[in-house]
Amino acid sequence: MNTEGGVAVAYLDHAATTPLRPEAAAAMAPYLGERFGNPSGGHQLAREARRAVDEAREVVAALLGFSPGEVVFTSGGTEAANLAVAGVLTAHDGSRAAVCSSIEHPAVLESARAAAGVRVALAPVDDDGVLLVDGLVGLLDDEVALVSVMTANNEVGTVQPLADVVARVRRSAPSAVVHTDAVQAAPWLDLPAVTAGVDLVSVSAHKLGGPKGVGALGVRSGTPLRPLLFGGGQERGLRSGTHDVAGIVGLAAAFQAAVDEQAVEAARVGALRDRLRAGLVERVPGSVATATGRTLLPGHCHFRFDGVEQEELLFVLDAAGICASGGSSCASGALEPSHVLLAMGVGADDARSAVRFTLGRTTAEAEVDRVLSVVPDAVARLRSGSEEVRRAG
Amino acid sequence: MQVLVAMSGGVDSSVAAALLTDAGHDVVGATLKLWGGPSDSGCCSVADVEDARRVAQQLGLDHHVFNLTEEFESSVVAPYTVAHAEGATPNPCIECNRHIKFDRLLERARRLGFDAVATGHHARVVAEAAEGVDTTRYRLLRGIDAQKDQSYVLSMLGQAQLAGVLLPVGHLTKREVRRLATDRQLRTAAKPDSQDVCFIHGAVGRRGFLGQRLDLHAGKVVDAVTDDVVGEVEAVELVTVGQRRGMGHGSDGRRRYVVAVDVPGRRVMVAPPEVAASDRVFLRPGSLTWVGEPLASGSQAFAQVSAHGRPVGCTYESEAGDPTVRFDRAERLVAPGQTVALYDAGRPDAVLGAGIAAAPRRIDPLP
Repeated sequence: MNTEGGVAVAYLDHAATTPLRPEAAAAMAPYLGERFGNPSGGHQLAREARRAVDEAREVVAALLGFSPGEVVFTSGGTEAANLAVAGVLTAHDGSRAAVCSSIEHPAVLESARAAAGVRVALAPVDDDGVLLVDGLVGLLDDEVALVSVMTANNEVGTVQPLADVVARVRRSAPSAVVHTDAVQAAPWLDLPAVTAGVDLVSVSAHKLGGPKGVGALGVRSGTPLRPLLFGGGQERGLRSGTHDVAGIVGLAAAFQAAVDEQAVEAARVGALRDRLRAGLVERVPGSVATATGRTLLPGHCHFRFDGVEQEELLFVLDAAGICASGGSSCASGALEPSHVLLAMGVGADDARSAVRFTLGRTTAEAEVDRVLSVVPDAVARLRSGSEEVRRAG
Repeated sequence: MQVLVAMSGGVDSSVAAALLTDAGHDVVGATLKLWGGPSDSGCCSVADVEDARRVAQQLGLDHHVFNLTEEFESSVVAPYTVAHAEGATPNPCIECNRHIKFDRLLERARRLGFDAVATGHHARVVAEAAEGVDTTRYRLLRGIDAQKDQSYVLSMLGQAQLAGVLLPVGHLTKREVRRLATDRQLRTAAKPDSQDVCFIHGAVGRRGFLGQRLDLHAGKVVDAVTDDVVGEVEAVELVTVGQRRGMGHGSDGRRRYVVAVDVPGRRVMVAPPEVAASDRVFLRPGSLTWVGEPLASGSQAFAQVSAHGRPVGCTYESEAGDPTVRFDRAERLVAPGQTVALYDAGRPDAVLGAGIAAAPRRIDPLP
């Protein structure tokens, strides 16, 4: 039962992180080796590193739909979200308000809540986890400095009506800045098209085959933003700190590779996901696939299994070499009840039976087959174990 | 055997995991997340989870964290609060053992295919072949180290639980446990034992904690014998039967002890030591649990009324009225809600069972 030293047979947790693409590893290698210069210097080693960052910036900007001067490199998606949210909310004096969807990632919600003197309103979603735009518009007033709606939700995979949000916010709260957390959507959607008109777009490298520890924020010109980090003034003063050159190079290489293969991969992964979903519905009685019939990211396969504790099912899957996930984790590593599911109107008990499978570029048919061969039995065993306890008790 | 070790991040459960691993069992460690609120009192704070995880890594074990906060709130914390509102003094660690560690966790372990759950409690489970019957009978014994014995907080367990529980450190002294941990270079070797209730933050204290959940009421301190008002308390809900602290002295110069807490009447009754004593404690009917066969009424036993209290000789009676433990001599009043653990008269290290003290019936007048 101990898996230490064992090898995962099936990795279905791409929403948590993704394997490093070979292109990214190859691009990064020299910057972890002999090209170790600090881009902020003046000599040849610095210039060489600087050039790598500049080129990476151009690549990322094009992929995000921003100009190079509008891209800020950060330490990841969380920092990018914090810079966007806190950066806007603290750029203005006096109390302001922020409107976020109720299913935002904690990086958005917590940084909004942490901004002093700011009222945070949460816009409702429907049962499938799609934002109710009218509900959001109803929360807008001229105190709202920031509206943050993710491009697609990380837990259930629902794509949000961002274009509609932008159009309505421009009409009802013209001075509000719009941010979108595009971390989950970046590998799968045409970001420039989907996030057109959005002021701030945040992405994370390790969700699209890049290294952990680096991300980027697109900042549309003219958006007032207060930096989080002060120091040497890098990133046009918006994000001081020595550049993680290798990481930035890795981000660009991974992002480009992801977009290059996006059409093909989205179709391939989507088909595998559909097969997994259909297979689970067919073979596991009392299983509920989340948000069927809505536009989902191609890799997301979120389920609830009636009468089963997610911690127990994930344990059994883990013992079988299958990596998946439950709600969000807290600092201790325990699963927390999902605020996304609760916002969708799923009861607390049902939320405890939720398991998220997310497929990605390295997912093979055999992995899907493995999951389909393990889950039905595992669910049945766990349910009958509970039944035994109920009968004995 | 497949064994799930409940790892609190303390040295005892660390060594329990090490011993089971050495013995060749297939061991997995789990830390229970029980309390989401601020707490620095050891037992499953984030720092403790990290300690447990790190020790598991050192031993080559998988480590999981189980979120049982909902169950803990409903089975331990909410009843704790309600009991205080009624003037009782429960032992939440006992309720956690009863409902969470040796109930929910045991069930979960079984469902996940484990043969047993192990903890670092200082007590012993001993399997004995039952005479004339083809089954195993389990005994619960005190830990070898009298000062660290934790059999009291496990006294509610029965055969069904004991059959699935391993207590690897109960046959070691605390000193031996720490030495084993040091020898293995486990990072918890020198970690101090946690003393407090895990969900009560040191700085907040019981008063702060309960004050957030209950309305606390000031009350009068009344002499139980003379009926004179002799003082005041800030919160009657925080007073415990048997308490001496804060109750001052009588006109005879001797300390006063609490003999009753009347929350609705906003009164705390106090009396001199010999009145704040009784030769018996009534047990709440339905609260009795037995390790093996129920003790026959009229049997002698030893009673222990606190985690490290002195065991005293007693007789157990259950024929007429509520189950009663009649002490050989008068003892300090037992607060309602406290567990009374019974040990075998012929084998004082063997737990027989336990019950929960009901409110004292009447105050014996001065002789």
